[in-house]
Amino acid sequence: MSSAAHISPETSHDLLLSLAGVTKRFGALVANDAIDLTVHKGEIVALLGENGAGKTTLMNILFGHYVADEGTVTVARRDGGLEQLEPGAPQAALDAGIGMVHQHFTLAENLTGLDNIVLGTEPIFRLRRDRTKARAKLNELMAGSGLNVDLDQPVHKLTVGEKQRVEILKALYRDARLLVLDEPTAVLTPQEADSLFAILRKLAATGLAVIIIAHKLAEVLAVSHRIAVLRGGAKVGEMKTTDADHNSIAEMMVGREVPVSRRTAREPGKPVITLNDVTIDRGDSRRSLHGVSITAREGEILGIAGVSGNGQAALAQLIAGLDKPDSGSVEIFGDKIEKFDAHTFAQNGIARIPEDRHHDGMVGSMTVAENIAIEDVRSPEYQKFGFLDFDAIRKRAEHAITDYDVRCPGPDAPARLLSGGNIQKLILARVLEKSPRLILANQPSRGLDVGAQSEVHRRLLEARQGGSAVILISEDLDELLTISDQIAVIHVGHITPAMPTDAIDRSELGLMMAGQKAAPHAPHATKTTNPGETA
Amino acid sequence: MEIIDILLAASFWEAAIRIATPLIFGVLGALVCERAGVLNLGIEGIFTAGAMAGWMAVWLGAGLWGGILVAALAGGFFGLIHAILTVPLGLSQHVSGIGVTLLATSLSYFTYRTALPDVSSPPRIEPFRPLDIPFLSDLPFIGQALFSQTAMTMLALVLVFVTGWVLYRTPLGLAIRAVGDNPSSVEAQGLSVYALRIGAVVVGSSFMALGGAFLTMSAFDAFFFGMINGRGWVCIALTVFASWRPGKALIGALLFGAFDAFQVRLQTEVGAFLPSQVFLMMPYILSIIALIVVARKADYPKALLVPWFKGQR
Repeated sequence: MSSAAHISPETSHDLLLSLAGVTKRFGALVANDAIDLTVHKGEIVALLGENGAGKTTLMNILFGHYVADEGTVTVARRDGGLEQLEPGAPQAALDAGIGMVHQHFTLAENLTGLDNIVLGTEPIFRLRRDRTKARAKLNELMAGSGLNVDLDQPVHKLTVGEKQRVEILKALYRDARLLVLDEPTAVLTPQEADSLFAILRKLAATGLAVIIIAHKLAEVLAVSHRIAVLRGGAKVGEMKTTDADHNSIAEMMVGREVPVSRRTAREPGKPVITLNDVTIDRGDSRRSLHGVSITAREGEILGIAGVSGNGQAALAQLIAGLDKPDSGSVEIFGDKIEKFDAHTFAQNGIARIPEDRHHDGMVGSMTVAENIAIEDVRSPEYQKFGFLDFDAIRKRAEHAITDYDVRCPGPDAPARLLSGGNIQKLILARVLEKSPRLILANQPSRGLDVGAQSEVHRRLLEARQGGSAVILISEDLDELLTISDQIAVIHVGHITPAMPTDAIDRSELGLMMAGQKAAPHAPHATKTTNPGETA
Repeated sequence: MEIIDILLAASFWEAAIRIATPLIFGVLGALVCERAGVLNLGIEGIFTAGAMAGWMAVWLGAGLWGGILVAALAGGFFGLIHAILTVPLGLSQHVSGIGVTLLATSLSYFTYRTALPDVSSPPRIEPFRPLDIPFLSDLPFIGQALFSQTAMTMLALVLVFVTGWVLYRTPLGLAIRAVGDNPSSVEAQGLSVYALRIGAVVVGSSFMALGGAFLTMSAFDAFFFGMINGRGWVCIALTVFASWRPGKALIGALLFGAFDAFQVRLQTEVGAFLPSQVFLMMPYILSIIALIVVARKADYPKALLVPWFKGQR
């Protein structure tokens, strides 16, 4: 993350929004506990907190989706006076100039960007639509902010970053004075995130107030002026970003010291899986590999760094046995694999932590216990006279819940009720309890909060210590540099030779991920420019 | 070449357009509902209700256009039932739709039998007459094929244009297309998902009822049991064929009408060799083939069949 040139918010002290003593209870649970928060014109405020800290509830109150039990929301009128926002009325929030960009975009994919923006802004019963005026206003907004998008493309043809721009334009088109972004970078590549931050700073300089809901610390430090931290529904701290430091905020968010995962020296063992000059050509770079040779060894974490969509999916499919190479060979423990199917690979001790944990990692309508046993239903351990032995399955689930601290109502709760972090713990429990020889971890900590993230790292390092090989596919440089022993970079289906992590320069790695720099043959660090500046 | 002769005859195209008319109403109705994200399998029953209500209004003394209005209101009523069950209550659209079909069909038969307990042959009304438009109706070929149809056929053709205009040229149409793809997009912009969906289903159902009314008030002059005969279901398939576009809906309905008119004529030519049922099957088989070819690429409204609840994302 590039460091921000901080625009001082002190230049403008106009109060725009003030939350005072906002409290919201759901039964016995206090989701928001007397929260005070103020936002001024031209200020970027980061609202930090782990999942379940109450960030989303607070924003839902601001938007009128929920009504607070106590407390008030005051907004500055456009003429400068203050007024209380009508509770429980989304339209009132829109009228007051509050715009929201949700984590899951609220765009109709079959319509163009322009149509999505104009939707609902003109009287609905009319014989014609006036797009000329809208287009003129939008061109002005795009020129002023740098939010450039082709507005005549149907939204489904836009990239994620472009869709997000359409969302921001939607708010600006309605003359928003306060923009709330919920986890804006969760879906972006590091380059896209940098360019988003540049735009936000530019917008803030013109007087727009911004609230960013986030749990990634580094980027919050890069973009915000002020940081407010929520934990367990209460505001536990607030500080200027210039006074903040990484570790103290992490502790404030989690409420205890966050264990920093460290690799301990360990000699790698024999190769578990070896790819020799593997090519899979599926036409597009997302699903293709070209002449890939990598080796994962026992007791070693091999990091595969890359911007998503560069062939990681193809690599993951191959290592899980779900696809076979067009040319080249795959060896597991030195034996050449002839039969490519998931069962064979699983029999050889290959376990996977899938990229999309909700979609590929579990079955939402099945219980926690069933999800833990789902990959082993053929094992005699879970069978009795050919039928599933639910007592044994439940017993194992109870162990997993305690050992891996999966927070859920119990083994019989449907898995879809679990939060993302707890689903990942459930998957870890399923994968690691089998003592796999190779763990294929695809973006294992994406979207997780600090606590859950450090738990994932700890478990992977533990598995490495126990002699498992780990292939870690990730686009999070911090994660890769912290826990990998070696790192290879994937770019448009090509993978560089693995380089020892200790010899890698961070900015050089960023350039290689962007395809702007070839891999050095002899791994050694050279100083180059920061990727954030070139992007 | 008898087949060429059949296809070139103005009477063939006249029949094709006449057969297509109720389908045009039905497909447009289904399309409006589905564009808003609601599958309306009540269509078969709503056809029946429209046929019965329109006919009975005229039989009781209302004018023909009065009958059309009554049919549309009846359709809207059953549409409202379906809309309430599936939109705010979020019940299964399949189950509710089939329920509405059963309810509307039975209610129509019940009303008919209650009003006319003793008749053996259905009483007749004076239906819409073929138009006689000065000049236009005298044109060669097209005068007979198109401009000598009844007023309801003209209404159907106008409705194709109006539906297309509303969907693609007005703010209302924009909102309907958006709500069928991602209801959250509509809510985030301050519009009501429920109002849009309920409105679309009610209006779409009125269109469907007009298709039924055409049968009793224009094609025939009486109401009898089983007269809808699967036309509603054909419309559901034609909607997919049309990729949810009014223009293509017109083409699909005409194509089906042409198949049907063609098979009747073919029966008289080669009927001696094949049982008549084979010919009756033809339009359906051909529509299935056309559907397979077209629908593989069909771009469904993404929120179709997906209930949406306020406050849920």
